[in-house]
Amino acid sequence: MILTNIETIPGETIQEHYGLVQGSTIRAKHFGRDLMAGFKNIVGGELKGYTELLQESRNQALERMCRQAEELGANAVINVRIATSSVAAGAAEILAYGTAVRV
Amino acid sequence: MLELVIFIVLLLLGFIIGKSKERKHYRSIGIREEAFLDKPAITARVPSSENIAHADLAIGSVVVSIDYFKRFLSSWRMIFGGEMKAYSPLLDRGKREALLRMKESVPGADEYINCRMETATISSGKGKAMGTVEVIAYSTAITYADGATHPDQAAENLHAAPEEPPRVPGLDG
Repeated sequence: MILTNIETIPGETIQEHYGLVQGSTIRAKHFGRDLMAGFKNIVGGELKGYTELLQESRNQALERMCRQAEELGANAVINVRIATSSVAAGAAEILAYGTAVRV
Repeated sequence: MLELVIFIVLLLLGFIIGKSKERKHYRSIGIREEAFLDKPAITARVPSSENIAHADLAIGSVVVSIDYFKRFLSSWRMIFGGEMKAYSPLLDRGKREALLRMKESVPGADEYINCRMETATISSGKGKAMGTVEVIAYSTAITYADGATHPDQAAENLHAAPEEPPRVPGLDG
């Protein structure tokens, strides 16, 4: 599965469009990480626990998007966009969407 | 009384450790940015050469939080308005770190086109909540077939995409 965030795949020609595919996940942070983040918050800087959490969720969202594209018979997704929004305090939605194509 | 002592200790902790961590982070950013100087991240959508081996999606992200002392400062700023100087190094660090991680996620690429950056607020920093933001940078990493860009094109890239000016680490602490 080739992913790009531009309208084409450089070096390849797009044969067919399959339309929009998307994948999303809503994750809540867990208590232990939150507690550590609370301590880290005093001195500032990177909160590694959260970074990892959001990275994992983003990978999952991208994976779901890829699976949807595969079901359609596509082998690439172009124009991928990623959005994050906080749904509730302590929970975030990660959304990935793009156009499924075959090259 | 005890509360006041705790407050002052937290302020001091935030000020001292926060500052040293920031300086350390800027130093590491400076060193790692140098390694990627010839591999620009640009917002243009068209790769500068046709001779492409493959394209990948490169993503980098970081969650950064402000320290106790700066949050205290910015709560004063909220009363008078104006630029929140305490927050700008935080976001600057976040953006540069995210860009670096994006480049590091596809280390062999020659060029990163259509680079996008986004910030998402994890918590706003109002009241007792902490000011935490996530910075995401993503782009299409292009690897050229000949392994390196043509010198002319490399020069063109530099011209087309002025990267962030190299900064002395720890200068804006």
